[in-house]
Amino acid sequence: MELHCLSIHQLAAELAKGQVSSCQATEHLFERIERHDPVIHGYLELQQDAAIAQADRIDKRRNDGETLGPLAGVPLAIKDNICVSHGRTTCASKILGNFQSPYDAHVIEALNAADAVILGKTNLDEFAMGASTENSGFGLTRNPWNPETVPGGSSGGSAAVVAADLAYAALGSDTGGSIRQPAAFCSVVGLKPTYGRVSRYGLVAFGSSLDQIGPIAKTVPDAALLLAAIASHDRRDSTSAELEVGDYLAEIERPVKPLRIGVASEYFGPGLDKEIAQAVRRALDLYESLGAEIVELSMPLNKYALAVYYIVATAEASSNLARYDGVRYGYRDRDSKDHIDMYSASRAHGFGAEVKRRIMLGTYTLSAGYYDAYYLKALKVRTLIKQDFDKAFEQVDCIAGPVTPTPPFKLGEKIDDPLTLYLSDVYTVMANLTGLPAISIPCGFSSAGLPIGLQLTTKAFSEELLLRIARMFEQATDYHQRKPKLQS
Amino acid sequence: MGYRPTIGLEIHVELSTASKMFCGCPNHFGDPPNSNVCPVCLGMPGVLPTMNRQAYEYAVLMGLALNCRIATFTKWDRKGYYYPDLPKNYQISQYDLPLSSNGYIDLLVNGQTKRIGITRAHLEEDAGKNVHDLPGCTGVDLNRAGVPLLEIVSEPDMNSVPEVMAYARSMRQLVRYLNISQANMQQGHMRFEPNISLWVFDDAEPDGGHYTPIVEVKNLNSFRSLERTVAFEIDRQAGQWQADPDGYRMDKMSKQNRGWDDVREVTVYQRHKEEADEYRYFPEPDLLPVEIDDAWLGRIKAQLPELPIARYARFRKEFGLDEKLTTLLTSERGTADYFEAVVQAGASPHRAANLIQSQGLRLANERGTDVAGLGISAERLAGLCKLADEDKVSATTAAGIFQAMLESDDPPEKIAQDRNLMQVSDTSALEAIVAEVLSENGKAVADYKSGGKKAKKARSFILGQVMQRSKGQANPKVAGELIDRKVLGQT
Repeated sequence: MELHCLSIHQLAAELAKGQVSSCQATEHLFERIERHDPVIHGYLELQQDAAIAQADRIDKRRNDGETLGPLAGVPLAIKDNICVSHGRTTCASKILGNFQSPYDAHVIEALNAADAVILGKTNLDEFAMGASTENSGFGLTRNPWNPETVPGGSSGGSAAVVAADLAYAALGSDTGGSIRQPAAFCSVVGLKPTYGRVSRYGLVAFGSSLDQIGPIAKTVPDAALLLAAIASHDRRDSTSAELEVGDYLAEIERPVKPLRIGVASEYFGPGLDKEIAQAVRRALDLYESLGAEIVELSMPLNKYALAVYYIVATAEASSNLARYDGVRYGYRDRDSKDHIDMYSASRAHGFGAEVKRRIMLGTYTLSAGYYDAYYLKALKVRTLIKQDFDKAFEQVDCIAGPVTPTPPFKLGEKIDDPLTLYLSDVYTVMANLTGLPAISIPCGFSSAGLPIGLQLTTKAFSEELLLRIARMFEQATDYHQRKPKLQS
Repeated sequence: MGYRPTIGLEIHVELSTASKMFCGCPNHFGDPPNSNVCPVCLGMPGVLPTMNRQAYEYAVLMGLALNCRIATFTKWDRKGYYYPDLPKNYQISQYDLPLSSNGYIDLLVNGQTKRIGITRAHLEEDAGKNVHDLPGCTGVDLNRAGVPLLEIVSEPDMNSVPEVMAYARSMRQLVRYLNISQANMQQGHMRFEPNISLWVFDDAEPDGGHYTPIVEVKNLNSFRSLERTVAFEIDRQAGQWQADPDGYRMDKMSKQNRGWDDVREVTVYQRHKEEADEYRYFPEPDLLPVEIDDAWLGRIKAQLPELPIARYARFRKEFGLDEKLTTLLTSERGTADYFEAVVQAGASPHRAANLIQSQGLRLANERGTDVAGLGISAERLAGLCKLADEDKVSATTAAGIFQAMLESDDPPEKIAQDRNLMQVSDTSALEAIVAEVLSENGKAVADYKSGGKKAKKARSFILGQVMQRSKGQANPKVAGELIDRKVLGQT
């Protein structure tokens, strides 16, 4: 197999045997990026010198017989809303176009401690707001499976570079499906961990009560390896859990038995693409053949999830994004006559249309007189949805369903119709509202050859179980091994 | 017709924790601009707040001292408004669940006790400061951004300037007693926002009456400006009401914000508040709610010292001190503690109180410290008090020895001996001097003996001569008795 096609586990084995060096692997990827990324545009910034220097350090330490971290010498990509203290952190927004973070995010410290190599920063919808990566302030990203279609979003850059073998894995962030939906669109594995499992310190906030960083990888074991490296308690994030991190790899190959998988009939209602429904049904049949029991569930409150999500997420976003005002850092309008004018002009020119739309929505729902009707009510429904899931997990170990209502759509198809685009999140927002871990794994292709994902959700802090269930499917199928044909 | 001022006060107190409310930066005044800052208090992208437990405990301690109900469950809220000194453009505060509420404080105003209700006291983070004296631009200094701030809101229970001042001063005294704030006015540790209106009533109709429109004055940072603002507003509103008795009333005019002009000594109109401010409060998702259990609350309660008003009452009763001296001794916890330690070490309360008042407080003030900071241990001062109590040194000499003790670590007795300051009460030693003086001043002796007009003056003269000849060491009482005996033959 070609060097760039290897999984992290395979690469690590080659590195350990001395068959290949980290420098070779890293340089190889940069060559590939140079050839293919002009079309895909998954990367916003490459950190070639720093990456090769790090790879070289790891190679030397390996030659010296030093004990190395679990991701030693593995080249990875980072979504550009995660702070890295060298290079820029832009969130794909003009308002942070030249922003350099003075510190590393917790997950970056963790990757450094694991001896990983960072290739660069990947594209996203501005401030992670979107489902197609078309909302980037610095150009859109194309789906490696078909450059006329979107890679999904907001972690579209991360999913695309992993799918195109331009990184061995990547970090994304997921507020309403931003890891899982692009993973599904690009036929890679995307995991949103339980809220609180991975520190948010250094993740530029969108919806603070929903955001979570997670891995996008080629295989389930690779996702497990990456999660193990970044998951931990962090004092700097008060919402990070003081729980031991499980050993996600120890039993990942062992099938879960007995296994009860719940399926909500509501998931297969109108709006779901037929081919996706079929692929998900086939996946359930496969689980049944592997010994799982399929349990029909009814989760009637799910239909409110999208509305609740867009109230909570935009409200938090309107507050989180208030700090981008041109006073201390980022873009500042220079022609303003006073500071109020400077705020308005800096924000009007610095933010893109979708970000402004969400700030306005959130500002509205938090305003006096509307708060009770919108935000407070949304919080109450959120609690009820959580209870719905708690009840479901009394009956089943896992809930399965589609990740997206449609396969990857065409570039430009939905960008002028924000409401339709918001519907892309209809199956993914529940995991964010409830805080539950959820994974997207490849489960087929449409007749047009576009990827389809399967979503699995388990109880809070049961990533070990979730990964094992996902691995059962992966072992029995080869969807994850198929590769897109790239243009250059 | 008449009116009664109705005044409520909001006070912001900066707590004297080592670090800021939500990050580890030093909470320290006076450093170069933007030196005590980090990504968190600068509001950089991606940062998260973590709560300072010490600040929370300080705030609870104050809530307890104000007889408040302490909430067992509280949360944090974001208060949104745009201002350059507020890095995140929202302030982390407490909105609908303050950590303490429904309390009161008792004040002594003109010898009367007055109870002022406390609506609530909650924690928040301070903002930075805009710096306007730079050429061609406005600077922002964020050293203060994120400093823990306790907001204490009173009920509108104050009816006069002296009550407002007693309340404000009691709050300052209280936070210093609790050692939760230095309450240094010059460093902006305390800021006042009075709400003032007048209750206008007609004696003929006891149930009738109305309020003048409420005026809120923001950001007063000295007792002087608070006092003048409230006095000015009472007069101004009374004048407005007299000029327009039917129109100048709360139900016909909205609330108004005014600012204090320190130069012209007037309040200046700023804006009307037609409706409530729009702060878009919502629960802070980056922080967990705070739950206080009995054990934690118990540990905080255990730190509560005897409060000023209780201590005042006890000092009056236990030591029989007068109002003025007691007020002085209990004004600061350190002074009261020191005084009690001196008494504990064997001094008589009056002697200790007088020496602390006349020497200790004066010298401490001169040296910019407090009495305990003078470096004279309670035991040593008690030793000095005992010398005076036992007539071994005179009151005047004791004051001198107090000063000498600042420079010397010797026991007071040794200082007195070394400097020949011990009083001679020994009659045999004094008899020779008295005999000498009497023999040399026949006229004065005669005057004294005569018992006439000049007798009193003559006795003072003789005593003065004795004191002089003993170099001030004669115990005047003993010497006087000796003179009386010798001249008048009294025993």
